[in-house]
Amino acid sequence: MTTIESVPLEDMLAERPAIVNDFQIMIATVNGSGSQTANTVLLRAMFRMGIPVSGKNIFPSNIQGLPTWFTIRLSKDGYIARREDYHILVAMNQQTIADDIANLAPGGACYYPEEWGIKHDRDDILYYPMPVKALTETAEAPPNLTSYISNMVYVGVLSTMLNIDLGQIEAALNYHFSGKQKPIQLNMKVVNAAYEWAQDSLAKRDPYRLEPMTATEGMLLINDNSAAALGAVFGGVSFAAWYPITPSTSLIDGLREDLLKYRTDPDTGQATYAVVQAEDEIGAIGMVIGAGWAGARAMTATSGPGISLMTEFAGMAYYAEVPAVIWDVQRMGPSTGLPTRTSQGDLLAAYLLGHGDTHHVVLLPGSIPEVFEFGWRAFDLAERLQTLVFVLSDLDLGMNLWMSDPFEYPDQPMDRGKVLTAEDIERAGRFARYEDADGDGIGYRTLPGIEHPLGAYFARGTGHNERAIYSERPDDWLNNMARLRRKWDTARTLVPAPVVDRGDGAEVGLIAFGTTDACVIEARDRLSEQGLDTSYLRIRALPLNDTTRDFIASHERVYVVENNSDGQMASILHMEYPELAPRIHSIAYADGLPLSPRWLTGAVLEQEGR
Amino acid sequence: MAVNARVNELGLSRNDYKGGVSTLCQGCGHNSISNQIIAVAYEMSLDPHQLIKLSGIGCSSKSPAYFLNRSHGFNSLHGRMPAIATGATTVNRELIAIGVSGDGDTGSIGLGQFKHMVRRNVPIVYIVENNGVYGLTKGQFSATADYGQMLKYAGVNELPPIDICLEALAADASFVARSFAGDSKQVRELLKAAIVHRGTAVLDIISPCVTFNNHEDSTKSYAYGKSREEPLHDITFIPEYEPITVEDQEPGRMRTVELHDGSHLMLKALDPATHDPTDKAAAFRLLEEAREQQLFITGLIYVDENRPTLPEVSHLIETPLVHLPDEKLRPSRAVLDDILRHLTCCD
Repeated sequence: MTTIESVPLEDMLAERPAIVNDFQIMIATVNGSGSQTANTVLLRAMFRMGIPVSGKNIFPSNIQGLPTWFTIRLSKDGYIARREDYHILVAMNQQTIADDIANLAPGGACYYPEEWGIKHDRDDILYYPMPVKALTETAEAPPNLTSYISNMVYVGVLSTMLNIDLGQIEAALNYHFSGKQKPIQLNMKVVNAAYEWAQDSLAKRDPYRLEPMTATEGMLLINDNSAAALGAVFGGVSFAAWYPITPSTSLIDGLREDLLKYRTDPDTGQATYAVVQAEDEIGAIGMVIGAGWAGARAMTATSGPGISLMTEFAGMAYYAEVPAVIWDVQRMGPSTGLPTRTSQGDLLAAYLLGHGDTHHVVLLPGSIPEVFEFGWRAFDLAERLQTLVFVLSDLDLGMNLWMSDPFEYPDQPMDRGKVLTAEDIERAGRFARYEDADGDGIGYRTLPGIEHPLGAYFARGTGHNERAIYSERPDDWLNNMARLRRKWDTARTLVPAPVVDRGDGAEVGLIAFGTTDACVIEARDRLSEQGLDTSYLRIRALPLNDTTRDFIASHERVYVVENNSDGQMASILHMEYPELAPRIHSIAYADGLPLSPRWLTGAVLEQEGR
Repeated sequence: MAVNARVNELGLSRNDYKGGVSTLCQGCGHNSISNQIIAVAYEMSLDPHQLIKLSGIGCSSKSPAYFLNRSHGFNSLHGRMPAIATGATTVNRELIAIGVSGDGDTGSIGLGQFKHMVRRNVPIVYIVENNGVYGLTKGQFSATADYGQMLKYAGVNELPPIDICLEALAADASFVARSFAGDSKQVRELLKAAIVHRGTAVLDIISPCVTFNNHEDSTKSYAYGKSREEPLHDITFIPEYEPITVEDQEPGRMRTVELHDGSHLMLKALDPATHDPTDKAAAFRLLEEAREQQLFITGLIYVDENRPTLPEVSHLIETPLVHLPDEKLRPSRAVLDDILRHLTCCD
């Protein structure tokens, strides 16, 4: 909670020098009011000014009418984690304005529609009323667009008050509307009117302002779902099946757009891919497994409830050894939970999905370039290991805009794994689907359509021997499970290794994964400032390998940081390394929002008894 | 191979289309259907490598192991074979899919997938081996069981049956047929028609369970005239039977088939002279009337050769997606550079 000190405003302002490129803007709006354009345009304009930014959309499970908040954090130091306090409030929602103002940092500025005539109850903040209605009317827009473009009033006013380059606002609008002049001009009309009005009518008294930097040069501003879709396209995906679910829907939306662009056959104009909207997630995963079995690179994208529905098929694909990729853009559970809020709560579910003794390869991207990379690499791993590969992202990474370094083109050709041709079988004179010929636990497979009398096999979830023949013999069962264990050990050597940053002589280690990376990076700096140096290991995939064991063994205390309630990664580490369990401590927290560095710093210091 | 062995146009003998030894009960109608699949694939000179055989879970779904050993098979999950078929046939348009399901698999747990597969017109021959009972779990009613029917395990069925053909028709099926496992000639004819059909061909084949569904009180039979000399309900004892067969059904004529327990099944073969299988309203009427009279009409009930299939509405390229070379799958470095140029700040 923000504490509100009772320091007279004029004293506060007199004492404070300009605060440049290091504060947070909170824009409170009503869902469905069209504020998303205004907010992303602001974000992109600041990004184009070279200032490190991060934007987070906190929205309800609703189409229209419920409150929505958008935060834009500016950080000259490049921090992009969630910040709890905010200094500029754009209050466009009458329903929440009282709370929104109450939580504004002392010395902050509140912009609001003049028509509402609110009381100026706080004497430690500045109030800037905006004539939203009058300024919107200057655009003479068609009545159905009026409410949308009214959001451009705060874009124009903030441009004056924070020193945002209007040229960059126009460039951002140009990007947003893909160069369509009509909407660009209509929006710019309001922006300009509001900009000029603010110049003439508002006296700048708060210290917050922007100055151009060069920190974002060469970078992208993109969300994970778009990056994941592009990654899949460069992974050669040919088939996707899905059922709409927040927050994964935009991943498939992006994929459809990308595939239409990059996988339409230039000669015939026909599709070299297929995307099927299934009747449910069971259908989606079944189609994907059917396509993977038949030899295509196939994927689905879903979120927690969909993962639950895919359980039986996941167990089957594990045992029948069918390659496919499942993206899980995690949201808050259990059950329907908070469908538009973020969480890392599906880790254990995905890792162990299925009944009996199943465990799956899980990739855990922590940044946008990694999302792109894992987008294509997941297919290589799935086909090499002949198994499902889960990629766990989350709503925060998936639906928010993040700064990102450019993506690297895949550094290796597509690895299609062990697939036999008719010639291979002719040469060998035999074929046994589940035989461990190479000692790595991975058998050789054939694809339907292979022109050889010995080429076919019968895929099944029931017990089978090396030749894929139905078997209930205990020795066949044991042999198969022992081979699957060898395959699991092979997976340890193939999945992305952890990223380690050792603190000089640090006794304390932090372990995290996925989207909490930004929070851990910033919290480590804060901890250092408080005299606590830490090492950091970021897990990028399951199964684990010895790097993680060595990291834990070489630190006195290891805190496992995660955005869920049960400390699921900590549980996996306890299971995997029981001998190291006393060193492993869980710092788990989930309230629907991304973890904040302020909170994490406090949580570590508390456990350290400081 | 014997020199004088009979072979088809591909030079394959009937043996080349066989499968493993059936582990289903002796006399089970499902075995007869497996034999007809073998016969038809041989007679039509289908390339076994182009065929895939798919199934869900249940007695019926075990049967793909008993035919077409040279074809890839996938014994999937209970009621989920349609999804596997959709994925496999979409990424490889050259495959000919034969799916075998049962009444529990299609009429209960998989009804949703079944109807969506039909709605998408996925290219597959979809056979329902329909016996109105759950065999592997020892005798519960399925959703296609007769109203008022009595089973030792389950008592009296108080609910109306789901009619697979009506469900298919309501889901805009492009091919709906019904047959009886004992009428091998009709099964073969319908199988051939189903295989050449482009979209989903639903074949509902009544295949009485010799062990658990003896139709003693079946409303589909005549009032059981014969006295029941011998109880057949002891599930630990499964008597061996000869498969029930019927000779050529005469179009338009009703005929009664005696089942193993002495009960009867009423069949009426469709008369092509009076039923136009391209008339959907007539098909609905026919099925509904048959339902009211509690008899099974057999034959081709409805067909629409013009409805586009899923690969067609997906505007798929003719080449199977799985045959595309890797360079067609992964866009070039220049494409990525272009994308990045568009996304990059401040250019």
